[in-house]
Amino acid sequence: MHPVRKQRLILVLFIVLFSSAAIGLVAYALRGNINLFFPPTEVAAGKAPVGQPIRVGGMVVAGSVERSQDSLAVRFELTDYEASVPVVYEGILPDLFDEGQGAVASGELDETGMLRATEVLAKHDENYMPPEVADALEKSGYDHKGNAK
Amino acid sequence: MIPEIGHFALIIGLCLALFLAVVPAWGAWRRDPVAMGVAPSLAVGMLVFVGISFACLCIAFLQDDFSVKVTAANSNSLLPPIYKFSAVWGNHEGSLLLWALILCVWTAAVALLSPQLPLLVLSRVLAVMGAIAVGFMSFSLFTSNPFERLLPGMPADGSDLNPLLQDPGLIIHPPLLYMGYVGFSVAFAFAIAALLGGRLDASWARWSRPWTNVAWGFLSLGIMLGSWWAYYELGWGGWWFWDPVENASFMPWLAGTALIHSLAATEKRGVFKSWTVLLAIFAFSLSLLGTFMVRSGVLTSVHAFATDPARGMFILLFLAFVVGGSLTLYALRAPAVSSRVGFAWVSRESLVLVNNVVFLVATLTVLFGTLFPLFMDALGQGKYSVGPPYFNAVFVPLMALLVPFMGLAPMSRWKRDDTARWRAELAVPAVLAVLCAVTLPLVQAEYNLWVALAVLLAAWLVVGLVRDFWYRVRGSRSVSRAMRRLTPSYLGMVLAHLGFAACIIGVVATSQYSIERDLKMSPGDSEQLAGYTFTFRELAPVRGPNFVADEARIAVTRDGEPVADLAPQKRRYLASGSVMTEAAIDPGLFRDLYVAMGEPIGEGGAWAIRLHYKPMVRWMWLGAILMGMGAFTTALDKRYRRQRKAARSHATEALHGA
Repeated sequence: MHPVRKQRLILVLFIVLFSSAAIGLVAYALRGNINLFFPPTEVAAGKAPVGQPIRVGGMVVAGSVERSQDSLAVRFELTDYEASVPVVYEGILPDLFDEGQGAVASGELDETGMLRATEVLAKHDENYMPPEVADALEKSGYDHKGNAK
Repeated sequence: MIPEIGHFALIIGLCLALFLAVVPAWGAWRRDPVAMGVAPSLAVGMLVFVGISFACLCIAFLQDDFSVKVTAANSNSLLPPIYKFSAVWGNHEGSLLLWALILCVWTAAVALLSPQLPLLVLSRVLAVMGAIAVGFMSFSLFTSNPFERLLPGMPADGSDLNPLLQDPGLIIHPPLLYMGYVGFSVAFAFAIAALLGGRLDASWARWSRPWTNVAWGFLSLGIMLGSWWAYYELGWGGWWFWDPVENASFMPWLAGTALIHSLAATEKRGVFKSWTVLLAIFAFSLSLLGTFMVRSGVLTSVHAFATDPARGMFILLFLAFVVGGSLTLYALRAPAVSSRVGFAWVSRESLVLVNNVVFLVATLTVLFGTLFPLFMDALGQGKYSVGPPYFNAVFVPLMALLVPFMGLAPMSRWKRDDTARWRAELAVPAVLAVLCAVTLPLVQAEYNLWVALAVLLAAWLVVGLVRDFWYRVRGSRSVSRAMRRLTPSYLGMVLAHLGFAACIIGVVATSQYSIERDLKMSPGDSEQLAGYTFTFRELAPVRGPNFVADEARIAVTRDGEPVADLAPQKRRYLASGSVMTEAAIDPGLFRDLYVAMGEPIGEGGAWAIRLHYKPMVRWMWLGAILMGMGAFTTALDKRYRRQRKAARSHATEALHGA
């Protein structure tokens, strides 16, 4: 074979091998590390898997936030005004987390339908709604104050 | 009146950009020296008018002109003046104007600092930059006019800048980042000019290289500042979240890293020519993609200011035009510019190739992880999110794979090298690296395998660099004579590679050794963390210029010796009523102590407090600074200037000859 062709062939083989290794790595890494968003209605309807990482987002139900008196544990409910999902979380909540505001919690559902959150995200400024929450409200047909559209 | 002047100046800027995009390109096509000759003056004119426009917007902010819509939405009369200034780019419209301004700065810089360029090439390059400027200025004027007025119905006071952005880091982070982002447009313009001209030689790489390196250096510093800001301002103590917007700036950096290395090979050896052109197109396209993702509101992030579909559509079309157009041109012209220069497998070219493949694959995996949720959403498959574990699992092994080759590169020879020589040269660094990896992690009580691996990789780089450096300066009679033997591009490479080694150590040591605890503390309580005692002395109310705050006073001691007094705050901003955490940090080269306040718990004055011990976290920012400095150093190389004089006389000859 012509030496230039041979060099090209080796080069192509190298790139193919390397990129298939990379694709394998991507597929492997993707398997356990992506999570799907569910609006509260779908969680209540039992469509969300139990014991797998998921995200649930909605408005924090007014009056539902209960803080423990002696630890950082907190319990609240997320709603899209059709259904709500109870969430427990232990740790420091983001600054803009508040009752009546949009929030997204990621974690795993337990058998009782409670979301054990490992991370809670709130909006990051006053005029902003997490897109997933906006979308979930869109689907349930209520605006962010709970009025039917 | 002043906003109208600014608006008008921006319109003139757009007209000049239109001329710049059309006239020199036509001149280059017709070989008309007059039409080509206007390019530099048009570029400077564009900078002047966009500069006036930007200055007008700054004045509107500094004078609290709340009749201007962006000022009313993003500033407040109580805001300290320095933040009024940075509020100019703390919003969609203003940051877009900054984008346009920086593009004009780069364009004018190319026009003024490139007397070595033949007029034909210069006019093509400036025309491409002009076309990009047309895109961004019309985006600014037609979809997000920063000078829009609220008349009548002007508010009495503005609704304040997002408190997260009221921070010194945010004053310089966007301009530096944009210098990098937009700087790749120069590399892109040179690539397109070369394709248009159909001639790609070593001189093309030599012209393009200093610009690309400087842009890459700015981008490194910009990303580093963003990471540092997130660390102390978000109150979480994290420094990299693999957030889509971070990725948006990181992808051009990765592609740019491949580009600066492949440009070096093209300049020195004339290899990989069409590949380098493709990388330049790729790096700039990723910059535009990043702008699209950040500015269209398709992503959830601190950077997503606006969610206007018209804006997203505009950038998407512009992106399609730039990527589609340049790739078509590439497909038509690349065969004409490619060349065949051979090299042996054992050579520096091969190592550069390894660098390119690794960085390109890294770019693509990050791109995939960033776009995957968008694709799935567009296909109606649900709203996925791809978290940091994916990126870590893919990215970290790729970088680890890179380092063994990276350590080889500085001592390798172009064209043909000898594996026996490599073995002889590298035995010492290999042994020393293994020794370091075995001994250094013993400093900590628990032997950590990941840290050992990081030390192995970093030591392999550092020892190799030091040894190579020693070989080059040894035998010189004096230090100055030794330094004169080294070219700035070599010194720049050494700095940047040392920076990379520092990053490896910093990232791995912080991830492995950090201790983070969230706990409940009442005034008077003490907590132990990593040998330090944190005592919550008192809680005090504090008043700032535009906020009120609760401040926790926490004394840190170690073995009874005072170490630091930390005062984290929980602020409530008066204008917007928003609450924000201000972390307190005791920085150090080998460890940071980080304290932030959560929320009050119960009635007894107790608070949720976040205590972090973060070893060597500063090393990665230090590393990024070294990389940036290294990139700037390479641009000082004499051969770019020496070439200038020679080229000028050459150009004069050519002109007289014609």
